[in-house]
Amino acid sequence: MSHAEAHAAEAHAHAPQAFIWKYVFSKDHKVIGIQYYVTAMLMALIAGLLAMLIRVQLAWPAGDFSMLQKFVPGGYDSGVMKPEFYAMLFTMHGTIMVFFVMSTAPVSGFGNLLIPLQVGARDMAFPFLNGLSFWTFFCGCVTILWSFFVASGAAAAGWTSYPPLSALRNSIPGSDWGQTFWIIAMVFFIASFTMGGLNFVTTIINLRTKGLSMFRLPLTLWSMFLVAILGLLAFPALTGASLMLLLDRHFGTSFFLPTGLVINNTPLLGANGQWVHQGGSPLLWQHLFWFLGHPEVYILMLPALGFTSDILTTFCRKALFGYKAMVGAMLAISGLSFIVWGHHMFVSGMSPYLGMAFAVGTILIAVPSAVKVFNWLATLWRSRIQYKTAMLWGMGVVSLFISGGLSGIWLGQSAPDIHFHDTFFVVAHFHLIMAGAALFGVFGATAMWFPKMFGRTMNETLGKWHFWLTFLTYYGTFFPMHYIGLAGHMRRIYDPYQYEFLKPLQGLNVFITVSAIILGLAQILFFVNFFWSAFKGQKASENPWDANGLEWTTASPPPHGNWPGAIPEVHRWPYEYSNPDAPKDHVMQHEPPLAVESGH
Amino acid sequence: MATEILDARAPAGRPVAGLGGPAHHGPVDHGDGGGEPRSGFDPAQFGLWTFLGTVTMMFIGFTSAYIVRRTGVDWRPLPAPALLFWNTAALLLSSAALEAARRRRAALDLSGLRRWLGVTGLLALVFAGGQLLAWRLLSARGFFLSSNPHSSFFYLLSGVHLVHLVGGLVWFALVLRRLRGHRYATSAGGGALSLFATYWHFLGLLWVYVLVLIFVF
Repeated sequence: MSHAEAHAAEAHAHAPQAFIWKYVFSKDHKVIGIQYYVTAMLMALIAGLLAMLIRVQLAWPAGDFSMLQKFVPGGYDSGVMKPEFYAMLFTMHGTIMVFFVMSTAPVSGFGNLLIPLQVGARDMAFPFLNGLSFWTFFCGCVTILWSFFVASGAAAAGWTSYPPLSALRNSIPGSDWGQTFWIIAMVFFIASFTMGGLNFVTTIINLRTKGLSMFRLPLTLWSMFLVAILGLLAFPALTGASLMLLLDRHFGTSFFLPTGLVINNTPLLGANGQWVHQGGSPLLWQHLFWFLGHPEVYILMLPALGFTSDILTTFCRKALFGYKAMVGAMLAISGLSFIVWGHHMFVSGMSPYLGMAFAVGTILIAVPSAVKVFNWLATLWRSRIQYKTAMLWGMGVVSLFISGGLSGIWLGQSAPDIHFHDTFFVVAHFHLIMAGAALFGVFGATAMWFPKMFGRTMNETLGKWHFWLTFLTYYGTFFPMHYIGLAGHMRRIYDPYQYEFLKPLQGLNVFITVSAIILGLAQILFFVNFFWSAFKGQKASENPWDANGLEWTTASPPPHGNWPGAIPEVHRWPYEYSNPDAPKDHVMQHEPPLAVESGH
Repeated sequence: MATEILDARAPAGRPVAGLGGPAHHGPVDHGDGGGEPRSGFDPAQFGLWTFLGTVTMMFIGFTSAYIVRRTGVDWRPLPAPALLFWNTAALLLSSAALEAARRRRAALDLSGLRRWLGVTGLLALVFAGGQLLAWRLLSARGFFLSSNPHSSFFYLLSGVHLVHLVGGLVWFALVLRRLRGHRYATSAGGGALSLFATYWHFLGLLWVYVLVLIFVF
């Protein structure tokens, strides 16, 4: 037995055996990845149900929903939804989806699962920190869900929590303890993401196996690397801002609260007749929030772009077109994300010159984005596509990235944005590109890497039904929103039909709602497929897709320590498909150099 | 323990990857020439520096908020209690004492090492106590957290710094516990100490930055 094998055998023998250490408080990156993934998907279920309630309200605001009242008695008054409940719904839907689902399932879920497997490491750099990160995240989930049950209800100031609404505890019901819970949940989340990010960056930089240079990493890993850096640099701004908001809310400071606030016609005066809050700047919160917020939306999206590249090449059996351009594009998107936050604030009052700078930066993002799209299309060009479920999701990401990206060009310009701001046009845009691309990416990655999670493959028939239903209803839900947005339908509105000019849009809203409900129901297929396949699915071989990455060189699922023997060494990039000089249609990263490569 | 085998920081884990191929005699083989060897950073040091990067970003966020907020009409300058400068001296001397301790370690003078580590911890406690005292002095003079934005920022930034410092003290206690006896002399002991020193010096610099931002800038 070689030295390395002895080590590996020792690692294997030392794998924790007790259930609680093996599956609950585990330090194994694969278990932690699955824990993150499953938790995030359950949070998605909750946030998705909230969205259904939002859609029902927008289609039939005057309808009698006594049936729903039975489930959420506090949210309805004799069968009609309360306005403050509506505000809680969209706030919590956004918060949970953005942070606890879409920043978590792709990044913390698949990042933890895949990084050590793809770099050729036995685990993450800091396994204890990794376990701690998951349980910190879990505390965040509990806190945010708990806030539904505090007396005054959950936070209701939007997922962006703009002050003064979020800073004055008595302004609306959700501004009371619900908002405080929101802040605490956010701090848990950020702490957890920071611990995860440290692990991601350190593992990718320091623990790559021999021969695996940065420019031989699969694009999934590049996306994880950049996402971790974005999180580490952007989230602290929100930590700081959240602390200041907490002080404003509970300790009478005035970081974000201006002079002259009036609630319900009562000026906020202290006992001495002076204004309680003075001189603060609500705009300051917006700047700090969006300094995080814009990189954050790329944290959601970049992993999906990485998964898509890996999925497309695998299932069209062709080398990825323009690998270095793809890496460069992701670097450019990540870099630009730090200097474009102002495009969320064009109507908040800013110098037109500053607005111009933000607009130009934003439009620049179109360049690397287009590079990615054209490279994907060139990869697909004249290939023999295998229409597996994962591939369908991958192509779905490309579709959503294009259709959502095009509206971004409009929204990124200050002049049209002044018209579109806070309308459903924006809702359409970000649900297509950010939420949709991220969601489709997660589904694609699930189908692709399911064997590495549970040692089985997912059911293809169910998977395809799930894809097509989701694809059609996703567009059915969000595409018409462009139109109603252009027609002036504002977002975050409890009853649109109080305005005469929005009344004609009710028919379209009903269509959207029906589509959204089918979209929601279609997800049952996914959950059935997921749990059924995890236990009863077809057993997967080491490399069921004939892919090239290091994760496919070990058993499905990989053992504790990832490779029973020595860690493989890398000799090439991961996209060596259909090389005419190779004996088969793909050459894995660890295979020794081909005769032509080594010059013999 | 399993984690120690899996823990990539354990030096024993490092050669594992390298033993995969047949060629291990002679110069280091980087695969087929296209690869690069694993970088020479110590993962723990690298991870710590990354963490310091995020803490720095948080203080950059605070700084930008401070710069924006100080243009407000309600800004009233806060007088700096002289005590703060004594606290600063204590914290910087604590850093210096830690360096002296590391030199004693290098010279394998374990009793000198213990003495200087004691001085490090003592000066750190002096700083923490002094900060609490400075808060009391200011509140006795009528400057509370919510009095005006300048005092709000002072309490916020010194508070966040103090939280990081208390975290550092907990770490320090763990290092002392882990390294009792002769384990200081091992290379792992030196690594743990130098890791902590990086964080500790960072906290000293960060405090000087906060002080300059709030009372000099």
